[in-house]
Amino acid sequence: MSTATPLARLRTSGLLWPLVALAALLAVNVAARPSFVSVTVRDGHLYGSLVDILRNGAPTLLVALGMTLVIATRGIDLSVGAIAAIAGAVACTYIGASGDAGAAVVGMLLALLLCAVLGVWNGFLVSVLGIQPIIATLVLMTAGRGLAMLVTDGQIITVNNEAYSQVGAGFLVLPVSILISLGVFAALAVLTRRTALGLLVESVGINPEASRLAGVRSRTIVWTVYVFAALCACVAGLMITSNVNSTNANSVGLWIELDAILAVVIGGTSLAGGRFSLAGTLVGALVIQTLTTTVYNVGIPPQTIQVFKAAVVIAVCLMQAPKFRALLVRRRTPAAPAAATPAPATSEAGPR
Amino acid sequence: MRTTVTTATPATTTDAVAPAARPTRSRVPGRLVPVLATLVLFVLMFGAGAARYENFGTPQTIVNLLIDNSFLVVLAVGMTFVILTGGIDLSVGSVVALSTMVAAWGLQQGVPAPLLLVGILVLGTAFGLLQGFVIQRFDIQPFIVTLAGMFLARGLSLLISDESISIDDDTFQAIASGSITLPGEVYVTYSVLIALAVLAVAAYVLHRTRFGRTVYALGGNEQSATLMGLSTARTKIGVYGISGFCASLAGLLFSFYMLSGYGLHAVGMELDAIAAVVIGGTLLAGGAGYVVGSLLGVLVLGTIQTLISFDGTLSSWWTKIFIGALLLAFIVLQRAALRRRG
Repeated sequence: MSTATPLARLRTSGLLWPLVALAALLAVNVAARPSFVSVTVRDGHLYGSLVDILRNGAPTLLVALGMTLVIATRGIDLSVGAIAAIAGAVACTYIGASGDAGAAVVGMLLALLLCAVLGVWNGFLVSVLGIQPIIATLVLMTAGRGLAMLVTDGQIITVNNEAYSQVGAGFLVLPVSILISLGVFAALAVLTRRTALGLLVESVGINPEASRLAGVRSRTIVWTVYVFAALCACVAGLMITSNVNSTNANSVGLWIELDAILAVVIGGTSLAGGRFSLAGTLVGALVIQTLTTTVYNVGIPPQTIQVFKAAVVIAVCLMQAPKFRALLVRRRTPAAPAAATPAPATSEAGPR
Repeated sequence: MRTTVTTATPATTTDAVAPAARPTRSRVPGRLVPVLATLVLFVLMFGAGAARYENFGTPQTIVNLLIDNSFLVVLAVGMTFVILTGGIDLSVGSVVALSTMVAAWGLQQGVPAPLLLVGILVLGTAFGLLQGFVIQRFDIQPFIVTLAGMFLARGLSLLISDESISIDDDTFQAIASGSITLPGEVYVTYSVLIALAVLAVAAYVLHRTRFGRTVYALGGNEQSATLMGLSTARTKIGVYGISGFCASLAGLLFSFYMLSGYGLHAVGMELDAIAAVVIGGTLLAGGAGYVVGSLLGVLVLGTIQTLISFDGTLSSWWTKIFIGALLLAFIVLQRAALRRRG
């Protein structure tokens, strides 16, 4: 009986299916290449496929964390990819040919400042003007990449700066990038779950007007989450560009907003707002990154990645949808109990 | 007498009063303001171009806007249906790519062109209907379902081939290069005629059929619409079917335009379509808007591109910045119009 309690808690927390998906993906990898799980220590750094997943997933995780709060307020931020591109463009253009650590710090601070302004802009459109979030951020999503091109003059800018490359490619036992993302995750978890902030964010997501009448400063909260999302996107953009020591305004953070939204949704946060799960987002981001790694690892042609992504997204979303679960339960009760377990999900999502 | 279902705007009284009230000051119905604003903007932008550059202000330039954007018109029409119900369809750009790919690949395999044309339209419609079914039946957000659809369609087209396949079939070539000369030495392609026909049918369906009224009602308030006994479930699935049909048709037009199939065609085109619909004055919350507005939205987007290419000194990324700025202007305008009405 004692083992049933944690499982039941897992079921109700909505983390079950994302974790199952993650475990299944990892199992496939191990079956294909048993050395997948091995982690070696070289020069005091950890190396291995699992570490790679963490490192490559760091920007998505960070963006997804910001997105989680935005979605919890019943919003959405489509502009994060463009903001990441702007961050990379600003930092790399400022640093330029300089190898000076000071230049790197100033460049990154400049990028953070600018992105905070962009976040304020998004927040202004949503909370003050009352524009639907999806459109309000569509403005910056469309124009932002153009602005990034404006900063870099349409060129690919390479930087050769030791300090700057630490952000995306550095190691402190674990890759610096994942340490940053996990640090933000931990700070955010404490801030939202150990104070009332998380509750307030959720109350705004359920009903902004009622929250305002109850004395919650909903406008400030909505505004803040957009600024936070923009800052997360900024750091993600710095990670991506610093990892390859160059910036290409066309490709940095391209479609990262979609991956981030997927990570949030896979993690069980409803797009309708009102509740969020940071742990779910963490698992969701890992599922997405592991999926990509799996495709390369198992030797499936990389162009099929998107088909798999679609299949996983639909499967997880269906399993989380109350109506679909009700359907499964209804089917299962009259028929033989063992007959219909999760199989229908795959048939729904498979290539037609 | 249109869209009387959504709100209590006195549409009937304005219709009746309009001729008599002409001399004083003809009041424009509030819901027409965004469309008229787009029209004014288009005329202004086009006028500015014509004043600034010679050879710009010719009828052929206007027709060229349609020739170069016929697929976007079709895409925007389909998107208008979805957005009117308060939904969104992110998969259309990928369905365009998939359609060009299936067309090119099918021709390469020797499938007869007419069969292929019909097959692609059926495929696209089925794809849309499937998405609509999942959205309606399991109550999952359209954003997520069509996002998955976007990945699926893009992945499937790359699965067929990750290289560009050129089309050298006679039927396709004939449709692509064929043109009709109108009086005044203006020539139009068949694609333009198809796009305008789609627009006309869409306008008819939206304003003159039960289905169209239900679309508006659904966007106004889904619960009320259901309580009124309207077939909301069927309509909701239907609009995604329409969007899928339009996307595959747009894909065919695009393959006439490019004469090739490629899995990376039309990346981000869904955003252009959404932008065109929004600039055309359709509310993203659903319930208000016109397909004609979406046509104007596409024309505005096309004019920006033409202006920038005529100018020659502005870099291509200015297009994005201008479109973003325009989107902003229109959203704020819509907000203002809504506030005044409410």
